[in-house]
Amino acid sequence: MMHIISDETIDYVGILAKLELSKEEKARAKKDMGEMLDYIDRLNELDTTNIEPMTHIFPVENVFREDISSEKDGSRETLANAPESKDGGFLVPKTIV
Amino acid sequence: MSLTALALGKKIKAKEVSVKEAVTEALEAIEKKEERVHSFITVDREGALRRAEEVQKQIDDKTLTGPLAGVPAAVKDNLCTKGLLTTCASDILCNFVPNYSAQAVLNLERAGAVVIGKTNMDEFAMGSTTETSAFGPTKNPWNLSHVPGGSSGGSCAAVAAEECSFALGSDTGGSIRQPSAFCGVVGIKPTYGTVSRYGLIAYGSSLDQIGPIAKDVADCAAVLEIISSHDEKDSTSLARKDLDFTEALKEDVKGLKIGIPRDYFGEGLDPFVREAVLQAAEVLKEKGAVVEEFDLSLVEYAIPAYYVIACAEASSNLARFDGVKYGYRAKDYEGLHQMYKKSRSEGFGPEVKRRIMLGSFVLSSGYYDAYYLKALKTKALIKKAFDAAFAKYDVILGPAAPTTAPLLGESLSDPLKMYLGDIYTVSANLAGLPGISIPCGSDEKGLPIGLQLTGDCFKEKNIIRAAYAFEQTGNYARSPLGRE
Repeated sequence: MMHIISDETIDYVGILAKLELSKEEKARAKKDMGEMLDYIDRLNELDTTNIEPMTHIFPVENVFREDISSEKDGSRETLANAPESKDGGFLVPKTIV
Repeated sequence: MSLTALALGKKIKAKEVSVKEAVTEALEAIEKKEERVHSFITVDREGALRRAEEVQKQIDDKTLTGPLAGVPAAVKDNLCTKGLLTTCASDILCNFVPNYSAQAVLNLERAGAVVIGKTNMDEFAMGSTTETSAFGPTKNPWNLSHVPGGSSGGSCAAVAAEECSFALGSDTGGSIRQPSAFCGVVGIKPTYGTVSRYGLIAYGSSLDQIGPIAKDVADCAAVLEIISSHDEKDSTSLARKDLDFTEALKEDVKGLKIGIPRDYFGEGLDPFVREAVLQAAEVLKEKGAVVEEFDLSLVEYAIPAYYVIACAEASSNLARFDGVKYGYRAKDYEGLHQMYKKSRSEGFGPEVKRRIMLGSFVLSSGYYDAYYLKALKTKALIKKAFDAAFAKYDVILGPAAPTTAPLLGESLSDPLKMYLGDIYTVSANLAGLPGISIPCGSDEKGLPIGLQLTGDCFKEKNIIRAAYAFEQTGNYARSPLGRE
């Protein structure tokens, strides 16, 4: 099946991905995504009935440790990387109007 | 920088060379060659020279006695280095200076290696040519009009150009093995969980592994021994007791069972690559290995499964780049959401956006089962196929890539075609297997060809042993830029 990606789909994915694409980027994204999905569809040739999806190779589960801080307070160095900061916190645009 | 890392380490230990001299030699090589090869994003000249003095003192007072003490190393720019710019070759991290170092880097430093700089790569390790770097492409030291491969192209080119003794790379779908093949150097991707991913900027977390790149197998084994560790800070890190990889450096493959997948030698394989790889198999056979062909199956499903899983994980992992905590923030925006969107849209390059979009799509409601779960089930089947193969063989032998290094500018216009070049490498990431690429010849243009040996999980020693035995039959070929 050929995948035709609609404008609505690309806009929706843009919302999920938090990306704002230009008109040219959108056209390219539609084409690229359609081609990739056409290619990925070949996975449907495989019978995967009763196969458990495998996320990790090794069944390492529930790796716990005591909740003890092992690092020094690095807030100043951390904030040094922030585009904007104020009073020891990250500064973001107003979120509640 | 013509010596191997271990040979240089030995000279430093014997006081025939000082750490400062070794580091200065690397820095001078960079100065002389960097304009042409562009392996590095950041060169830490002052930091390296300062560190050289400290390391020299520790060698002199015998607190540092390891084989790589004082040896200059390069680190891929997706590994965090405290106080040193770490960009992931992306505009979105163009000004990021981490306040901690990756565990693998700490392990290197603890062993006395001197980090001289950060190497170029495909943006966020997404690419096979190092051309998606926001800082411009790296060139292949064998022929400057060709790509070095990717995504660890800068690390492999730096080793091949002899700008450092060895380097660290990362491998999500072949990003150590393929550029090692293209640059004529040796690279290992270890079993998933062997090297801590703490401080590695994540791309596909279930697939990413850090590994060594060097001139020969012994160097790679020694570096891998040093960087491997169980780390509480990475919940997927494994507590292994068999990390003495250099024990496997024995020229003995008698009785080693090597399988060659027939499915690796079909359409799309360059005849020079086929010839060189099969010739390498002959060499190992002559040395006593038992070599036979078999059908691995499912080879053609590895790439589609890989791209679904890698992009899905990437779309989630790269959600953290939002212009708040670090990196780039757009200049003009209205409100928080537009700030996120504009910062990300202006900060990420086209290949990264392409993969985030695909990943967001396959995880979205209504498509999750059809794409993401289907890919995870395919991964389970691929793992099963490898389990069956490793019940019969110790090592799987094949090419690292279907061709030698393409020309610069040839690959990015057709992403799907570029992705198909990963056919021999991605399955090891899906199945968590260790793999090594070693030089095994060259094509009609003189570009290197890589032999890939893949082992079962935790069986690095099998591939190291086979690679080492093969390596003893030839001499390391230095690239033209390396020889300068």
